[in-house]
Amino acid sequence: MADLRVEVAGVPFKNPVIPASGAFGFGREYEKFYPLSKLGGISCKGTTLFLKDGNLPPRIAETPSGMLNSVGLQNPGIDAFIEHELPYLQTKDLTIIANVAGSTVEDCITIAQKLEGTAVDMIELNISCPNVKEGGAAFGSTPQMAAAVTKAVRGATSKPLMVKLSPNVTDITAIARAVEAEGADAVSLINTLLGMRIDINTRRPILKNNTGGLSGPAVFPVAVRMVWQVANAVKIPVVGMGGIASGRDAIEMMMAGASAIQVGAAIFADPYAPVKIVDEMNAWLDEKGIGSVKEIVGTVKPWGPDGQ
Amino acid sequence: MAYTQSLYPILRKQNLARGIYDYTVHCPEIASEAVPGQFVHIRVPGFQLRRPISICGINRQVGTIRLVMEIRGAGTEVLSRLNEGELIDLIGPLGHGFTLLSPHKKAVAGGGGIGVPPLLGAIAHYGENGTVITGFRSASAVILQDDFKAAGARAILCTDDGTMGEHGFVTGALQKLLETETPDIIYACGPMPMLKAVAAMAAEKGIECEISLEERMACGVGACLGCACRTIKNGVEGFSHVCKDGPVFNSKEVVL
Repeated sequence: MADLRVEVAGVPFKNPVIPASGAFGFGREYEKFYPLSKLGGISCKGTTLFLKDGNLPPRIAETPSGMLNSVGLQNPGIDAFIEHELPYLQTKDLTIIANVAGSTVEDCITIAQKLEGTAVDMIELNISCPNVKEGGAAFGSTPQMAAAVTKAVRGATSKPLMVKLSPNVTDITAIARAVEAEGADAVSLINTLLGMRIDINTRRPILKNNTGGLSGPAVFPVAVRMVWQVANAVKIPVVGMGGIASGRDAIEMMMAGASAIQVGAAIFADPYAPVKIVDEMNAWLDEKGIGSVKEIVGTVKPWGPDGQ
Repeated sequence: MAYTQSLYPILRKQNLARGIYDYTVHCPEIASEAVPGQFVHIRVPGFQLRRPISICGINRQVGTIRLVMEIRGAGTEVLSRLNEGELIDLIGPLGHGFTLLSPHKKAVAGGGGIGVPPLLGAIAHYGENGTVITGFRSASAVILQDDFKAAGARAILCTDDGTMGEHGFVTGALQKLLETETPDIIYACGPMPMLKAVAAMAAEKGIECEISLEERMACGVGACLGCACRTIKNGVEGFSHVCKDGPVFNSKEVVL
């Protein structure tokens, strides 16, 4: 049995596997399959200042090796999260990450302030949701905006602050450096890639939002590449996600530079995916005689220009 | 209640009509909990998303459920190639099923096409007090008539082209029936225009009505919030979710 414990910005996780925001609600549905304590942590559904209805359906479209979603941050609002969801999660023995998804910088500040003194272990600031008109990816598409919102939330919270980055940018390392400079304790990436499907019979987009975020195994190589680039560009820890569906995928993502990983779309194919990934990582580490999962982080040996 | 996900053996496979297959699956954990109107979420090898399929029949004694599915696209085409003796990956039972009244009450169900199978379990509960009106494109697409009759129900069949049963739609036959009878509850499953018309007729007559909805779905358990549908609950309009709050809704709650 390998040591699976990891730390991200000083926050301990009993193993590196965390269901990703939006794929797992607040955990209640999956507690009906297995105890949530098997997981390293949970990244809760993105939460806005007030209840948000989300986008018109259809919100889901299947794609080759993946899916599009345009849920649009439907959530009960920060007060309902603190009052109804957090007390439940606190009893489940896993690290709790609140995903903050304010529509404005002021909303993000207020949400972060409301989380002060709660049992939330870490804040994941969502500057990358592709499905909302305000906030979301609009915050994360330039280094200047990303820096401004990070600085504002940094000033409003004493909790460890992780910023979730969008892959829909020219240079993700520039965004990562900008949020690091403003006091982010960690970055998580990637959010979904912006995509679109069209029903050729009706000539209508399948999603009522026209576009949506692509996730699933299709995006995995893009995510590995971006995690590798960002891990080489910043000193703060990176949490890697995007298409991870197996223990081998998780190991690969950690070798690229991720200190922990998140699992999203794989849960829809197999609700047990996060638990299986923990077991598969453990088995792989044991097979290789590696004592601690921390030993593999960032250990990819990239080829040099000389081919060595 | 816990959810179950596992691989279950297919005991029997029948081809009911062109592109429509009837599977009997041995899954005692699901069969013991399931009620008519609920669904199972089926994994399709090679595809990201599971396919939600309504439960057509439940046999608690034997521990089986019946799943009748139609080839709609590439995913259901893969499922249709599964054979007897092979394993099928199910999560279930999921969702909120039909409200079943005392079997002495009178129930009428209206179903169109592949919307017919989920109604069998509900109508069978009422035996000879149950009536089902089913509609299909043509005689070649007609399914489950003998099953409804075996359950004791009165079965009224309509086809769009008049090649079998009455020539016309389910809604016309229901309208005619409601001129002379007042059931205690109406169930419906099928295309959206049919659901709208049935809900309107039930509202006009003041009859309880439950409809089973369909929406593009991901998790199937209420976590991802993908399969939204517009509802009014306690006077507040918002989104409910077909997988958890439905697939069966009171027609008065749904904004159709």
